[in-house]
Amino acid sequence: MSEMKESKKALFPMTKKEKKLLLDPLNDNNPVTVQVLGICSALAVTSMLLPSIVMAIAVTFVIAFSNLAISLMRKYIPKQVRMIVQLVVIAFLVTIVELTLKAYSYPVYKQLSVFIGLIITNCIVMGRLEAFAMANPPWQSFLDGIGNGLGYGIILIIISFFRELFGRGTLLSGTPLEMKIIGASSDFWINTTTNSWFGWYTNNNLMVLPAAALFILGMIIWYQRSKNTKLVDIS
Amino acid sequence: MNSSKYIIGFTALLTAVVALVLSLMYTGLKEKHKQNELLFEKRAMLGAIQDKASIDVSKMKDAGVIDFFSKNIEQLVVDTKGNILKSEDVEKAGYKGGKAENVDLKTEMKKPFEKRILPVYIYNGEKGDKIYILKLFGKGLWDEISGYIALSSDLNTVVGASFDHKGETPGMGAEMKDNPKFRAQFKGKKIYDQSGKLVSINVRKGGAVDPEHDVDAISGATLTSNGITDMLKHSLENYNNYLKKLKQK
Repeated sequence: MSEMKESKKALFPMTKKEKKLLLDPLNDNNPVTVQVLGICSALAVTSMLLPSIVMAIAVTFVIAFSNLAISLMRKYIPKQVRMIVQLVVIAFLVTIVELTLKAYSYPVYKQLSVFIGLIITNCIVMGRLEAFAMANPPWQSFLDGIGNGLGYGIILIIISFFRELFGRGTLLSGTPLEMKIIGASSDFWINTTTNSWFGWYTNNNLMVLPAAALFILGMIIWYQRSKNTKLVDIS
Repeated sequence: MNSSKYIIGFTALLTAVVALVLSLMYTGLKEKHKQNELLFEKRAMLGAIQDKASIDVSKMKDAGVIDFFSKNIEQLVVDTKGNILKSEDVEKAGYKGGKAENVDLKTEMKKPFEKRILPVYIYNGEKGDKIYILKLFGKGLWDEISGYIALSSDLNTVVGASFDHKGETPGMGAEMKDNPKFRAQFKGKKIYDQSGKLVSINVRKGGAVDPEHDVDAISGATLTSNGITDMLKHSLENYNNYLKKLKQK
């Protein structure tokens, strides 16, 4: 993480607070593992790496720009209807993502199918709007959105990495970069039929099911808290 | 507290702006969406015959797909009695263009059996052998599923199949489209039994039993697999009379 800080510093001069906004959600205040938001889509889309990456980008885009828009309007939004206004903005951005993907990246659109539309109901987006953008200036809200989107995306990518590897034996399948790592034919890097010592391995079908995402998420939370003891709630 | 007037005004303005931008974007990209969809259909059709036609659809460029399609594929529209319709009749049924690719099987499947009209695509191979590509449509777990099945010139043996879906779960039901191993199972299966009865192909959970009419189901996606079985059965029934007529010739 220190490496990332330095490279950011070189590109954009940022105050300490802005840096904190951007980097906190990656670890100390991760929306998925610490705030436990957005679990539903983390279970659903993570069976393969490619849809997870596209989902991460789409969610980051939606959070960042809805945060920005709501923050710009925050002094004019009537308090009584603020949630509806937030939802309209989120739905607007999600529809833009959907229309753009359908026009310029049709295969990915097909693959993500219903989940693009479901970004609207992702509680991270609404949570950030309520908790942050309604009370903070635009630039900070935008950074907060990017940070939270990336924090969500990192967890998605870690989970889908393990699920695709153990569930299907491949990585990034569906892209030109497709890697066949482990499986029962000579197409794979580790051919489980020729290596007798590896003959016990067959694709783990549990990993394809959504339940596996919960197991991996649990392990990530365990690991994160064992490294980052200030997250452990002793009370 | 804001006044009611302000609240109504604010929401109305916001809605108007959002609606305007989205509708502009939608109409602006509509052509592109349509092109993508049609191209996708053509890719799916060629995917069903790619082994016979010795092409690899996943490596073909978009222009190549359109070119190959217009050169080698003949389009027909038939009714459920097996008669070939003229393009005026197809236009009368509400499809502009009057070609098979204009027919929407979704609307047709909602009509009573006798009134349906169906698209048929015929691939004319170099050696004069014909492959018949039939369109499938049904319901999966979450949403519509569709596909193409290609029959060799004996009108019984399957040459290949390809599937598509609208909202099946990625990694599970979506494997029907993404997993080439699932598609490859259909090759060499038969849709009629020896007495000439239409038995279609079953997607069977727990592994294929009948070597001629069964394929393995997708793990973790039983309901999608059942949906594919139903889709094959109902869609092939539509074409039954047409195939029988062709056989008699």
